[in-house]
Amino acid sequence: MVHDTQRMDAIAERMAEDEVAGRSLWADARSRFVKNKAAMFGLFLLIFVVLFALFGSHLAQWSNEELDYNVMGVVAQEGGPSMANGHYFGVDELGRDLFARTVQGTQVSLAVGFVGALVAVVVGTIYGATAGYVGGRVDQIMMRMVDILMAIPYMFVLILILVMYGRSMIALFVGLGLISWLEMSRIVRGQTLSLKNREFIEAARATGVSGVTIIRRHIVPNLLGVIAVYATLLVPLMILTESFISFLGLGVQEPLTSLGALISEGAGTIAYGTIWQLGFPLLFFCLTLFGFFFVGDGLRDALDPKDR
Amino acid sequence: MLKNSLAASLFALIAASPAFADNPVPEGTELAEDQSYTYWLLDAIKSMDPQINTDVEGSDVLRSLFEGLYNENGTGELVPGVALEHTVSDDQKTYTFTLRDDAQWSNGDPVTAQDFVYSWKRLADPATASEYAWYLELMQIENAAEIIAGDMSVDELGVTAVDDRTLEVRITTPLPYFPQMLVHASTFPVHQATIEEHGDNWTRAENLVGNGAYVLDEHILGERVEMSKSDTYWDAENVIFTDLTALTINDVNQGLTRYLAGELDRVDIPAGQYPRLEEEYPEQANSVPYNCSYIYMLNVGESGPEELKDVNVRKALSYAIDRDIIVERILQGGQPPSYNWTHTAVAGFERPEIEYANWTQEERIEKAKELLAEAGYGPDNPLELTLQYNTSEDHKKIAVAAQQMLRQIGVNITLANYEWKVHTDRMQNQEFDMARYAWCGDYNEASTYLDLLASYSGHNNGEFFNDEYDQVMKESKTAEDPLPMYQQAETILAEEMPIIPIYHYAKVFMLNEDIKGWPLENVNQTWYAKDLYRVAE
Amino acid sequence: MLSYSIKRLALAIPTLLILIVVSFVLMYAAPGGPFTSERELPPEVLANLNAKYGLDQPLWRQILTYIWGIVTEFDFGPSFIYKDRTVNEIIAQGFPVTLTYGLLSFVVAVVVGVTLGVVAAIRQNSVLDYFAVGISIGAQVLPNFVMAPILVLTFTLWLGWLPGGGWQGGQWEYLIMPVIALSTSFMASIARITRSSMLETLNMNHIRTARAKGLPERRVILRHALKPAMLPVISYLGPAFVGMITGSVVVDVYFSTGGIGKAFVDSALNRDYAVMMGVTILMGALTIFFNLVVDILYGWIDPKIRY
Repeated sequence: MVHDTQRMDAIAERMAEDEVAGRSLWADARSRFVKNKAAMFGLFLLIFVVLFALFGSHLAQWSNEELDYNVMGVVAQEGGPSMANGHYFGVDELGRDLFARTVQGTQVSLAVGFVGALVAVVVGTIYGATAGYVGGRVDQIMMRMVDILMAIPYMFVLILILVMYGRSMIALFVGLGLISWLEMSRIVRGQTLSLKNREFIEAARATGVSGVTIIRRHIVPNLLGVIAVYATLLVPLMILTESFISFLGLGVQEPLTSLGALISEGAGTIAYGTIWQLGFPLLFFCLTLFGFFFVGDGLRDALDPKDR
Repeated sequence: MLKNSLAASLFALIAASPAFADNPVPEGTELAEDQSYTYWLLDAIKSMDPQINTDVEGSDVLRSLFEGLYNENGTGELVPGVALEHTVSDDQKTYTFTLRDDAQWSNGDPVTAQDFVYSWKRLADPATASEYAWYLELMQIENAAEIIAGDMSVDELGVTAVDDRTLEVRITTPLPYFPQMLVHASTFPVHQATIEEHGDNWTRAENLVGNGAYVLDEHILGERVEMSKSDTYWDAENVIFTDLTALTINDVNQGLTRYLAGELDRVDIPAGQYPRLEEEYPEQANSVPYNCSYIYMLNVGESGPEELKDVNVRKALSYAIDRDIIVERILQGGQPPSYNWTHTAVAGFERPEIEYANWTQEERIEKAKELLAEAGYGPDNPLELTLQYNTSEDHKKIAVAAQQMLRQIGVNITLANYEWKVHTDRMQNQEFDMARYAWCGDYNEASTYLDLLASYSGHNNGEFFNDEYDQVMKESKTAEDPLPMYQQAETILAEEMPIIPIYHYAKVFMLNEDIKGWPLENVNQTWYAKDLYRVAE
Repeated sequence: MLSYSIKRLALAIPTLLILIVVSFVLMYAAPGGPFTSERELPPEVLANLNAKYGLDQPLWRQILTYIWGIVTEFDFGPSFIYKDRTVNEIIAQGFPVTLTYGLLSFVVAVVVGVTLGVVAAIRQNSVLDYFAVGISIGAQVLPNFVMAPILVLTFTLWLGWLPGGGWQGGQWEYLIMPVIALSTSFMASIARITRSSMLETLNMNHIRTARAKGLPERRVILRHALKPAMLPVISYLGPAFVGMITGSVVVDVYFSTGGIGKAFVDSALNRDYAVMMGVTILMGALTIFFNLVVDILYGWIDPKIRY
């Protein structure tokens, strides 16, 4: 899913050069990141969106579930954005405040993105590190499994699961996460293999440190860069995937909502003169995705400078 | 419910000019050059086989390609189809139909009584495995149940061809509305030789032989159905539309856009859009009563929540829901709010006096709060229930609104949205508290609704078992005038409140103003393309 | 390379088997069946249906029968919902449709995306570059289910230039909107990837050498830079392909094309077990095949890769 696997490997290699990724490498990366205008802009967008999600509800005049009977039924005529009645972004088809709904949708979309990426990263890292560290037959079987799983059209399996077992946040989180851990596990395994025979790890092993501890103490820290970049690029993809799921009507349950669900509702009624129902959620959707893309690209460039 | 259509009416057969139907076009009308008709389908047509089809859109197509014993006219009364008339034996159990002698299959073969015998046996035959085999049981045809269960040979079915033109049908109990049931597509005749030659492929456009006013030219699954006028139809000279096209458009909003772009002659109007369209296109926007009823079913049975066993709680829930807001602000399609179960447009039915229907909403809320307090629930002890609905933009909106309305009286509702199959499965296994439900009348008579809530009904998912109700419904079967029993049954429902009525359906649609002949007064919206025509602009 | 390809193809068999078993188990464990309807069927009717479609058999036998049918006769069985069609027929009708607009979208996305990316890279920091970057960033995040209704509203309702949907055997005017809706976001991604990888390549030593030798710029770019710059693009093609299959659902819903994407979602909703299995297997096989093609292409362009 995260397309640029080559770069990922490059970052991973670089991070593994030092025993434990050194302070100077991170410091360098930070100064490069700060100098990258697009990345800083992205960071600014993200901070804005996160603040909006966290504190937006304090600005709202309405809760996200109250029905405003004054505009319900005449939404196209009177439900538009208005300072006077406190609906800054207008209302949805039911007369609920779109500002409050957008805040709520942003919260849910961010949560879905973060948790989905977290699941992918955690599962991918554990799986890949285990395969790489244990090696031999186990490694072969585990990676063959990954090959097999990679050929499965996941979106279809996810649709099946959501259609047939009802939807819940948990199913969505896990389902999305499980779609994208495979690539992560490959990168992690590759790096684990190359780290495994380094002196410092051999030394640790010789002193009787357990495998789990070695992975946790010595291997994972060396992968932090890849994980950071991978996760930042994964979050927007999760959010995009969730929006597609919402389009299919399989997303989060009412009264919860997500940006994807709001956009899909807004797109359905686009012809009926309620363009704000699409516009505002779409704006926040785009800001979020831009933010993550820019920051992700920036992180990648910072950790693996092309001009070194 | 919506997907199934069984259509009939209680009016007697109109036996006007038996051999020739009237030309549907009034004198002096100038017809358009182009007599083609393009209409909208929400879904792909699942089957073109009359005995296999299960849904409304499929039935609409089948009524063009095939013709049963009787048809319906614009007001839902029966008119001759392949049968001209029938006689009933004294014990009301044997029907003898006289078939017209000029009915033909599209390959030129005559349509005979044997064709009906073959088709009905095919419907019952376990080998056909028709989902609508139960329709024969509903029709009370002799031995139908035993044949379907595989306990008896298909040949034992109570239907015989006395000669080519005479069909005899034997039923086990008198059924006043039996002729009305013959409008249903599963009773349409099929051509034996074609089926035997092509097997499952007989419904392909190149193979299909029908006896309707149109023949099938092309059927691309999920995209389009093309039909053109049949020369062999007995009344071909009075059929005006020459070509029919049905386009599948899965998205209602998209359908409306394409209608407005001039690509379709008819499309359903999505919820909330009727007022605007009615204003802009008064000649095209229509809203007519449609024989279905929308409710929240309460699980009052063994496995239902303890709270709902208290009638005060059930009443409070019902009172607190403001139906006017739902129909006027959400659906906005001219649906009447409902306080009873049977659609009020059903023939011969009159709603009894139901007290809470006449209260103002403030009074209802007041009363609801009282009842809830009486039942022991209040701010310190809020009532918690789950409301289950199947995926649909409209059901979602209504459920969200209901949740908010119930919050006013201190009831916390959790919404649970399931896919259609899961929703249905859960309801049939009594795994619900409150569930969205709708029923469409099998025929235009109140018992099609009221029977459903009897304890012996197969569809009483909320397990409302009430002896008095059962008694009243049993009495209605043999009564001269069943209306008082029906009203009594409705009164029991209002007192016991096992269901929360929400609204009665309306069919809300756009129809090109040049298309005339649409059966606006047929509550089952049973339409025949052969009765429609396009006037010159 | 050949032995690698064979090995990869051999892996396809266990993959598909796992896919079949998992899907079967998922399907059967789910509530509701193909014949669940609001009018609960009398048990005798349901029994006849189950007997006809083999649902009365134990699960393992159903799976074996199913696989046996595919292996021996390439028969995916009858549809449980579209009862006068077989799965083979449904796929034979829908798949060419999906394939047509899918491939076309793919070609459009790659050709336009690569061109845009290359041009932007060559004219880095020009107006053209900003334009290309701006467009591609915007297009990348615009979901196709937003784009589709906008297209129909614009080209069908307001301008009246194009039919709002349908397929009509794939006539060009019915193809335009589906292809735009499906290809745009992938085109944008490809443009971005191409641009950054092209910029990187242009800074490499061999390009500098070529330029220093005085080779014409066009030749430098086409002969020396394009090929290595394409590597990240090629590795993106796999995910793009899968994404397009998914996107076909949106196209089918909005443009009534009658493709396989909608058929899949419907089959899941309707519990049309056979169609669902058929489409899943088809998609699995396609994904395997496509990834293999991408790998081979990759190895061909980048000789450093050893299998």
